[in-house]
Parts: sequence; C-alpha cells; structure tokens
Amino acid sequence: MRKGEIITAGILALLSIYLMWKSTELPVGYITGQGPGGGAWPFWLSAMMLICCGMIALNWWRGTSPPSQSDEPVLDAYGWRMLVMVGGGIVGFVALVNIISMYGAIAVFLLYYVKYLGRHGWGLSLALALITPVAFFFFFEGAMRITMPTGMAFTDPVFNVLYEIIY
Amino acid sequence: MEIFALLIDGMLVALQPLNLTMIVIGVSVGLLIGAMPGLGSVNGVAILLPVTFLVPPGSAIIFLAAIYYGAMYGGAISSITLGIPGASTAVATTFDGRPLAKQGRASLALVTAALASFVGGTVANVLFTLFAPALASVALSFGPPEVFALMLLAFATFVGLGGDDIPKTIFSICFGLVLGSVGFDQISGAPRLVLFEMNGFLQGIGFLVLAIGVYGIGEMLWTIEQSRGEVTKTTPKMTVKGMASDAKEATKRGWKGTIIGSFLGFFVGVLPAAGATPGSLMSYGVAKMVSRKPESFGQGNPDGVAAPEAANNSASTGSMLPMLTLGIPGSPTTAILLGGMVIWGLVPGPRLFVDETEFVWGLIGSFYVSNMAAVLINLAFIPLFIWMLRMPFTVLAPMIFVLSIVGGYAATRDMFDIWLMVVFGIGAFFLRKFDYPLAPAVLAIVLGPIAEPTLRQSLLLSSGDPSIFFTRPVAGPITVIALILIFLPALKLLRRKRKVA
Repeated sequence: MRKGEIITAGILALLSIYLMWKSTELPVGYITGQGPGGGAWPFWLSAMMLICCGMIALNWWRGTSPPSQSDEPVLDAYGWRMLVMVGGGIVGFVALVNIISMYGAIAVFLLYYVKYLGRHGWGLSLALALITPVAFFFFFEGAMRITMPTGMAFTDPVFNVLYEIIY
Repeated sequence: MEIFALLIDGMLVALQPLNLTMIVIGVSVGLLIGAMPGLGSVNGVAILLPVTFLVPPGSAIIFLAAIYYGAMYGGAISSITLGIPGASTAVATTFDGRPLAKQGRASLALVTAALASFVGGTVANVLFTLFAPALASVALSFGPPEVFALMLLAFATFVGLGGDDIPKTIFSICFGLVLGSVGFDQISGAPRLVLFEMNGFLQGIGFLVLAIGVYGIGEMLWTIEQSRGEVTKTTPKMTVKGMASDAKEATKRGWKGTIIGSFLGFFVGVLPAAGATPGSLMSYGVAKMVSRKPESFGQGNPDGVAAPEAANNSASTGSMLPMLTLGIPGSPTTAILLGGMVIWGLVPGPRLFVDETEFVWGLIGSFYVSNMAAVLINLAFIPLFIWMLRMPFTVLAPMIFVLSIVGGYAATRDMFDIWLMVVFGIGAFFLRKFDYPLAPAVLAIVLGPIAEPTLRQSLLLSSGDPSIFFTRPVAGPITVIALILIFLPALKLLRRKRKVA
C-alpha cells in the first residue's frame, strides 16, 4: 500500500500538470473588460490539485496517512482475479453493445456473471438472461421511447419483430 | 384568511376524481422514474408531456407536478438500496443511506427518506402558500457573488467537517470541478479541455457519468473485493411492526436533518438556476455541521438521509415559486413544466395569480395532495424495495452493473460516456484503496457549472477585485463562514499541537 500511495500521487500529479497545460489553450489570466479567461478556472484548479499531490507526498514521506503505514499489497491474488473477471466482464459487456445490441450484451453479461461467476443453476441464469433484456426493451423502447443501440445488421430481424409489437 | 379560503378551493379542485387519478398515476410513475438510475424528473416530465394533451390544462399540469413529486421520492430508493443515486438530487442520500442498507437497516433509511420527504414537502407547501411573491423577490436579489459564496460554502463543509485526509478531499473537489469544466467555455463558447484530443469530450462530462461510475461500478467492485466474494445478508424481514418502529426511530434520529433540509432546501430551491441538487447537498453539509457527532455522517446516520431528502422535496416545491410568480424556472424540470404551461396558453408571471386563480390554487392544492399520495405510495412499496435487497449478491451485483450501464446510456445516449463511466468506476476503485474521498468530486461536478460562471461574473462586476465576496451584505458572511470551515482543520491541528506542547 505504501508504494501504491506514492505511485498514485505521482500519476495524479502528472494528470494535474497535463490538465494545467491543456487549460492554457485558452487564456488563464484576467482580461480587462472580459473577466477571467476561459482557461483560468480549470488552470488554477489543476494547480491546486498539483499542490494537493505535493501535500499527499509529504504526508506519505512523514508516514502520517494510513496507506503509507501499511505493508499490505494493494491487491492480493483474489483482488486481481476479481478485477480481471468482474472488471473484464464489464468491459466485455460494453464492447459487445455495438456488436450484438444493448439487449444482447445484457443477456450475455448476465449469463456470464450469474452462471459462471455466481455459480447459479442454468434455470435461474437463463431466466434472468432472457427476461431482463426483454423487460428492459419494453420499458425503455416502449414506455420511455428511449432507443438503445441495436448492434450490427444481423440483429435486425429480432428487432423488427419487437418493434412490430410496440409500434 | 383569504389565502386559506383560496387554498381550500384549490384542494377541492385537486381532489376532483380526474385530478386525483392524475396525481396517483403521476406520483407512481414519478416514483418508478426516480428510482431508475439515469432517469430523473426531467426525463419523466419531458417524456410524458405529450400524454397530457389528453386531459384539460389544469389536470395536465397537476399530472406533471405529481411526476416531479414522485421522482423526488423515488430518487432515494436506488440511492439506498443499490447505492446508485437515481438523479443528482439524490446524491447526498447515498452517503448515509447506503451504509444504513449495508448494516441491514435499509428499511430505516427508506422510512426516514419517505418521512423526511413528506415533512420537507409539507413545509415547502406551507411556505409557498404564505410567502410566494415575497420570497420570489428576495431570491431575485441574489446576484452572482451571493450564489458563488453559497457554492463555496457547500465545498467548505466537505473540507472542514469531512474528517477525511484534507489534501485528498481538496484534490477530489478540484478534480470534480475540472471535470465539470470539460467541453466548452460557457462564456466564450470555445472548446476547452478536449482531453487527449478525443472529440467525445466536446460535449462535456455529465454528472451521471461520474456518479454512476463511482457509485454503480466502483462501489460494487469495492464491495466484491472487500467481501472476498461472500457477502453476508443482513437485511431483516420487513414487517408492519418493524416499519412502525423504524418510523419512530426515524423521527427521533432524523428530526434535525429534516428541519434543516425543509427550510434550507426551500430557500435554495427558490433561487433561480439552483434547484434541488445544491439544496440537498448543502442541507447535508449543514446537518453535519450542526451535529454533535459529525464523524458519524457517512457511516449511516439517519440525519444524513433526512436532510437531503427533506431538502430535495422542499426545493422542488420552492423551484416552482419563481416559475409561477415570475416565469423564471428554478430547475430544469420546472423549465419543462413552464414549457407545458405555455403550450396550454397559461402565461406564468405575476398576472397568473390574478387571471388564472382557479388554476394556480388548484395546482398549489395538488402539491399538498401529491405529497400525501407520494408518502403513502412510497411507504406501501418499501417491502418491495427491501425484497430487492434480499436477492443473492451474485444476482444483485450483475443487475446493478446492467442498470448502471443501461441507465447511463438512457441519460446520455452516447457510448463514449459509457466507456468513460467504466474508466471512472475502475479509477474510483483504486482511489478508494488509498483513502481518496469520492463524494466531494461528485458534488463538485454538479455544482461546478453553477460556481464557475458566478465566479467569473462576480470578478467581472468588480473588475477583478475578489473583495466583492466580502463586502456585500449577504455574500460577505457566507464567504467568511466558508473560509473558517476551510481553515478549521488547520486551526484544530494547531490547537492540538499547542496542547501537546
């Protein structure tokens, strides 16, 4: 944790510098008759972020923050596995949206999570994976008139049938 | 006395069968919309506006106002049960509502939210009835320095009373403010902070993208990692007796927050362009400030649920005030309501109270009836919300992820934002590991778009002289209190060092 805290502070300091630099694309000073320039607000806030990172590093060096006193790893084997399986699952879910539609991605993600990670039976897993996207479809597209991504062309026949029902 | 006679007439209008039906349907729909992450009162009122063409104008506006009411109640449901704020107005409810749910006290949180919302709504209705025109003129006298001072106070409460690592809290606030400024410069209209030259940033980063990322994805990753995959179910069974005892406890432990939220929320709601979100966040901060145990906030203090919930209901009524009396919408939802009224040929402004007496008082009467209907419907559905929490965690967790993604998309209609949400979620998970408080960032991204223009306008007014925040009679004291709060941790540290010496 100790090493992780200073590395995080370092990354955030770099982010602050990048934001300061990016803010200078617009004026960061006071323009007579116009008030503060468009970049002033994010520039000075990013500068404050950088100062905060310095203070976080100082506290780390003095060992006053709890993470700087801890010898535990940031993530143990379970933590990394969880991050890869769950976090990776979410990334996969979002990546699938533009291929098999939002509803298709929901079905695949639920099946993956409930069956593979949750170790539930096929009955519950399939029921959730099928009922949830259908219910969401009728709520969002039918009741709320919010159109979700329909994915690539091969999903069209399914959506044609569903749109037929609601319109 | 005349006001009471008019109010009674108004209530009779609201209680007519058609209007009462519209209220019950509106409140129920609003409750559902408010509870759905990504959807809020703005979406609900906007989507259902065309439906109102089927009924007379008075009933139509009563229906839309009932949706607004219901959504304010509903926002607390997902904040408490899922830990995802349904709308920006319910962000502060998450801070203590979610810890209470995790402790198996979701019913206490939900009952507290319902009762506080009811009291907040009732107080606001009474204030609205009595002081409508007078309060509207006071609110109008608030200039940019006063509004910026209020924003500063909201941030200062997090620094002075947060109890967290101060540099990390300030970092979090600044980070949220910077994220809120991505997109276009509001004054010059020039593109600003288009990070990594990705065009997706041109439209800015919405509050929901950060809030759902942090609370929906980050929080769930954190829970899964901390619980080592074995989440123990602590949610008790829901009984009528249990709810009665929760109501008793909510009254005992949440009264202070309810009172603060009811009055502060109403006043902030009246301010043009402020609305229910700053009202609920400020009420949370003030409730924490006056509490004898400020450190218990964020750990599951019912006052922390009561204050924002009373405030967002109170503010929603308050925001109707400038809309009806002056034609100035106090929130995005009232802007749509205003549009609805104009469609119906009702011109908001001082003349409305004279020319359309029956409509105005019918609407005011409907506020009281909607408030009562909302609390009853909400309380009746609490067992259902509790049941949701009794689902196995391996079913609940993926459902929350799905709701987060779908709700996020419904709100922004942009896949870029969904990817950003995932990045924020994973980033929030790591930042939390190193004790970075994330709530201030969410607060900042909400208030940033109000804070920046008011700061710039104030400095323009004073030709760049920051003393404008100290010399004006209302802004001055607020700024001084905010600065005291910001320097409070340093003062405390100095005192402690002196004692040790």
